[in-house]
Amino acid sequence: MTAAQPPEASASEAAGTRPPAVRLQGITKRFPGVVANYDVDLSVEPGTVHALCGENGAGKSTLMKIIYGMQKPDEGTIEVEGKHVTFHSPSDAIAVGIGMVHQHFKLADNFTVLENVVLGSEPGGPFRLDVEAARRRITEISDRYGLDVDPDPLVQHLGVGDRQRVEILKALYRGARILILDEPTAVLVPQEVDELFAALEELKAEGLTVLFISHKLDEVLRVADRITVIRRGTTVRTVTPAEVSSRQLAELMVGSELPSPQTTESTVTDRPVLTVENLTVRDEDGRALVDDVSFTIHAGEVLGIAGVEGNGQAELVDAIMGIRKAEGRVVLDGDDVSHVSTRHRREAGVAFIPEDRIRQGLLLEAPLWENVVLGHQTSVPNSRAGLIDRRKARAGTSQVVKDYDVRTPSIDVTASALSGGNQQKLIVGREMSGNPRLLLAAHPTRGVDVGAQAAIWDHLRRARAEGLAVLLISADLDELIGLSDSLRVILRGRLVAEADPATVTPEDLGAAMTGAGARTEGAA
Amino acid sequence: MSRLDPRRIGAALVAPVMAFVTAIVLSSVVLLIAGHAPTTAFRSMFDFGTQPDNMVNILNKSAGYYLSALAVAIGFRMNLFNIGVDGQYRLAAMCAAVVGAAVTLPGPLHIALIVLVAVVVGAVWAGIAGALKVYRGVSEVISTIMLNYIGTAIVAFMLTPQVFAELENNIVKTPELDSSAWFPGITTSGGEVYGFIVVSALVGLGYWFLLGRTRFGFDLRATGMSEPAAVASGVDVKRMVVASMLLSGGVAGLVGMPILLGASHSYGQDFPSGMGFTGIAIALLGRNHPIGVGFAAILWGFLDVSNQILDLEGIPKEIVTIMQGIIVLAVVVAYEVVRRWRINAEQRRVAAQLGGPQAPSSPSTSPAGVA
Repeated sequence: MTAAQPPEASASEAAGTRPPAVRLQGITKRFPGVVANYDVDLSVEPGTVHALCGENGAGKSTLMKIIYGMQKPDEGTIEVEGKHVTFHSPSDAIAVGIGMVHQHFKLADNFTVLENVVLGSEPGGPFRLDVEAARRRITEISDRYGLDVDPDPLVQHLGVGDRQRVEILKALYRGARILILDEPTAVLVPQEVDELFAALEELKAEGLTVLFISHKLDEVLRVADRITVIRRGTTVRTVTPAEVSSRQLAELMVGSELPSPQTTESTVTDRPVLTVENLTVRDEDGRALVDDVSFTIHAGEVLGIAGVEGNGQAELVDAIMGIRKAEGRVVLDGDDVSHVSTRHRREAGVAFIPEDRIRQGLLLEAPLWENVVLGHQTSVPNSRAGLIDRRKARAGTSQVVKDYDVRTPSIDVTASALSGGNQQKLIVGREMSGNPRLLLAAHPTRGVDVGAQAAIWDHLRRARAEGLAVLLISADLDELIGLSDSLRVILRGRLVAEADPATVTPEDLGAAMTGAGARTEGAA
Repeated sequence: MSRLDPRRIGAALVAPVMAFVTAIVLSSVVLLIAGHAPTTAFRSMFDFGTQPDNMVNILNKSAGYYLSALAVAIGFRMNLFNIGVDGQYRLAAMCAAVVGAAVTLPGPLHIALIVLVAVVVGAVWAGIAGALKVYRGVSEVISTIMLNYIGTAIVAFMLTPQVFAELENNIVKTPELDSSAWFPGITTSGGEVYGFIVVSALVGLGYWFLLGRTRFGFDLRATGMSEPAAVASGVDVKRMVVASMLLSGGVAGLVGMPILLGASHSYGQDFPSGMGFTGIAIALLGRNHPIGVGFAAILWGFLDVSNQILDLEGIPKEIVTIMQGIIVLAVVVAYEVVRRWRINAEQRRVAAQLGGPQAPSSPSTSPAGVA
């Protein structure tokens, strides 16, 4: 992408003048039940944009938290600009010039930009805020890096892209020379992504180092000078954008085989299970989060929804579940369930694998067997005549644990004791256990290992062959293409394109997701 | 690994024991500073509290405390803070006393009517807070506190001689209940224990059954642990809020019944107040568990009764109030400490137990079923 960088092989020697901005050696971090990072080596050259990419759950976030001092590694060393450092908290990291922009912004809405930026490191005495000094610094930083940040408006009036630049400025204000951006594009629309990337070029030109975390291959290839791939907790390889295609990068991310979740023959029938008509979900301000969406899923069909996260997928699923109010019609097996409670929809055979398993999927402090009852409180093996049948519920849980290979010593441990992948397997098993007619699956294999992923795909395929209708939402394009019988693309709440999974490539789909691609691809 | 796992029970006892010990240590320090020997104070309290007639007093006090704590606990299990038990039980007892005095019925029916009135009044009073929360988004903490004041005012109004009360021996009280409404007591060597204590115990049993064994209880606990997860599982949270406030208020309505039916037989200015707030402390100490709350109620009754001896020993009995305060404060801290420790310990244990068999039993590289 950029020309001025030294070639990959001799990078450290060639320059010779400056040590790596950040250098990690042998970093290992264990959490109860999982090893989040294992023997991670990473060397980030100063003045570059270095991307760290990997699947969800690969260990990117933990690694970033280690670099930013939010987690302490169990083993390994961290060097910043050639000096060995140990961080006890983020303030130690800030002190050596590391700044972080979190995926979810940490700004006070009712403060102005200026107030947010200086918060915690206010210029002036202990009883006086030197507004003029702050304004001067902010304007100076904003001009120097082309951030175009106005210090005076309230943050609540700013758009997402502006808020992100405020966060960047906040880090720079604290003297950051190394910026960590955690999934910065997840919340942005394409034009904002372009603006962000332009800003990153500016930062780089001024000699700053950017560590850019993403699982979006096209963006990584566009913006990074170097790309380090992380898989299952460890760094796999560091490459330059010139030497890899996005296909190769994807293979690095998921492992050599690139497990193709191919569904062999079509099992689609002509019996509609779910029909959604003109579904619209609005936020409190009346803005449409899901905008006039219509589709039909037949028995034995998997409909995949591709889209950048935050484009209305979660709201769409919530609306179909009856969790969120929506306009329009939801028809299940010929019955209009638009105004029916979530419980009735569940009893009618709708299963739900939520996107946020901790929030919507589990009772962390309850034992596993109660977690498996959750969502099936009213159905026969778990309860009868208003009473919970503990014996049968426990037997059902044992079955789920066995069938879905949930690694646990007992069904009486609390859900919080399981690793993320095992929690996910438990949820998938629970949702499939009631023989549902319709499954709403949001990222069904997120955070599970490759073997478990293949097993979950198998379960989904088998249920599909038996007539299950599936609405599949996934950030993993290969999963989407491999499992789906038909594909739609969602962008800013609207279904904007259709694609035939037999012919579409992840690249085309990625382009359509960002609104850049052609309207349709293949069948329409 | 069942619920009777000794490790589990041990862990459940750690926090209240820690809190109690902390309270004893700190109040000893206070006693020493004030120039009293803590051992004398605690020994005389113990000796006094274990005399038969005082033990009866303790049980009688704890009968109402237990109900009050259960009423609070129902809310707690759902993350609802019913601070209004105090107003609910006083208004309920007042109305029940008025209705009970106005009619004469055969014994069991008379008692049943009075209890029913109390339950309904308590439920309605708490239900107002539930409805406000569901339909208007008013925090139940605020509304129940406000309803306490309104309840107090209504009770004061009803207790004026022109309305429902009469003046007797310089005390304003409602007319005395007919003896058919007197709940038979249990005679012991130390005196008569309120018969209503049996009802209290049955309510405790009902609480345990409802929460642990029924679908309603499951929904209630699920909502308390994670509202979004409960919603996704099909729980109608609004309905649950109203239902559990009604239930909590209904139980709160019973709080005054042991005294009304067992001793006072009327509602007067001297009818005990503040039991609703005591219930909050007891529910916290007993960890919303029917048995734990039972012990906590008895402990509270013991402290309330046995402190009377201290004045005779020349020790200010307010030391017990300090102790009660420390217990509540310490128990909240201790439960949080123990909770975190338990989560960590369990995660470590699960990881350790899986550490062995995990490696051989995970042929996760085999591309089983792919393609």
